[in-house]
Amino acid sequence: MTDAFLGGLRALSEGGVALVTGGGSNLIMIAVACVMFWLAVAKDVEPLLLLPIGFGCLLANLPLSELMHAGGVLKTLYEFGIGNELFPLLIFVGIGSMTDFTPLLANPRLLLFGAAGQIGIFLTLLIALGLGFSKEEAVAVAAIGACDGPTVIYVSNLFAGMERIPTAMVGALAVAAYSYMALVPVIQPPIMRLLTTRKERETKMPSPKGKVSKAALIAFPLVVTIITGIIAPKGLPLMGMIMLGNFLKVSGVVPRLVKASENEIANIATLFLGLAIGGTMYGPQFLTRDTMLVFALGLVAIVLDTVGGVVLGKIWYWLSGGKVNPLVGAAGISAYPMAARLVQTEGHRWNKHNYLLMHAMAANTGGQIGSVMAAAIMLSVLKGLGIL
Amino acid sequence: MTAFEFGLTMLVIGMGGTLGALFLITVGIRLLTAFFPQRNTPEEKK
Repeated sequence: MTDAFLGGLRALSEGGVALVTGGGSNLIMIAVACVMFWLAVAKDVEPLLLLPIGFGCLLANLPLSELMHAGGVLKTLYEFGIGNELFPLLIFVGIGSMTDFTPLLANPRLLLFGAAGQIGIFLTLLIALGLGFSKEEAVAVAAIGACDGPTVIYVSNLFAGMERIPTAMVGALAVAAYSYMALVPVIQPPIMRLLTTRKERETKMPSPKGKVSKAALIAFPLVVTIITGIIAPKGLPLMGMIMLGNFLKVSGVVPRLVKASENEIANIATLFLGLAIGGTMYGPQFLTRDTMLVFALGLVAIVLDTVGGVVLGKIWYWLSGGKVNPLVGAAGISAYPMAARLVQTEGHRWNKHNYLLMHAMAANTGGQIGSVMAAAIMLSVLKGLGIL
Repeated sequence: MTAFEFGLTMLVIGMGGTLGALFLITVGIRLLTAFFPQRNTPEEKK
């Protein structure tokens, strides 16, 4: 009888003992989860993602929980929606249905800012290779420069599925990507001010004059899908889903599908994606030198993206005789619409008569297309090199 | 292929490809807005 009592008590205490004697990494990750909860609840930083990611992290790091073991709920979610890339792509349908490309169609030249805003991806790739990351790891880390969580998860998980990068790295990359997206309002302004003169920042840009017809709006997602399919077919799932969502929206004939894409589909996919990604943040595998480097390189990538956009803006300013405000270049990243609003705020700060929002929105939606296109091109080049 | 050659290839082809693809899309938008111009509504014409 005594043995039975002791056996029962031992079973109840095993979790606590394992937590204390487990080397501390699980405890650190539980603290990390609590920081995510604090950021999401108290600071309103990306709560839609940080809450489920943090909770997944908490669940995975409670010892003996077995949620990330075969048959466990987090492992099942991972295999069901991350292992086969489904969740990021479903989120892209929602993003596409929420994005308004009208400012870009009214002023298509600004799409070039969306290209300049991707330079951080390719420069970070070089730096990551120099730091000793493998080719696949370097590409996955560089993808943080896309400033686009689903793209990072899609690319990194592609390599994780082929066992070219550790699964734990997918979690680190996702958290880094979403954290830096949320920190765009902190990261970008100092760079924007450092690289521009007061006169440049005060530059007024007139409102775009061109109106966009409904036919052009409807044809746009089809044109982008076809061009991506021809140039970079490996990235077509990414661009195809974002353009599908947009096509549903601009067609105007399927409001129920648009509502479902914007709400139910995107929300459910976000919840499950966050939980499953959090589940990959298992302390002993997550707390490595590479994870720390991933976070550092993610910051470098976004800084370089901003530099690329603003420098193109300066060149454009000189070439146009001072008609383009270089700050608009900073919106050429994928953090939509945060980067555009930031440019508007910054431009308005230096010239109270300056309204850059529509131009910044054009550059920002260009950045969305640019980031997905850059990832698509990278995957297709990797296939051409025989790596994929 | 060394890591440096790989990185340089990705930088040149990747960035060039992104720029080229976005340029093509820009041309596509120009053509779209030319073929499908916004027409004023009867109220706007008045």
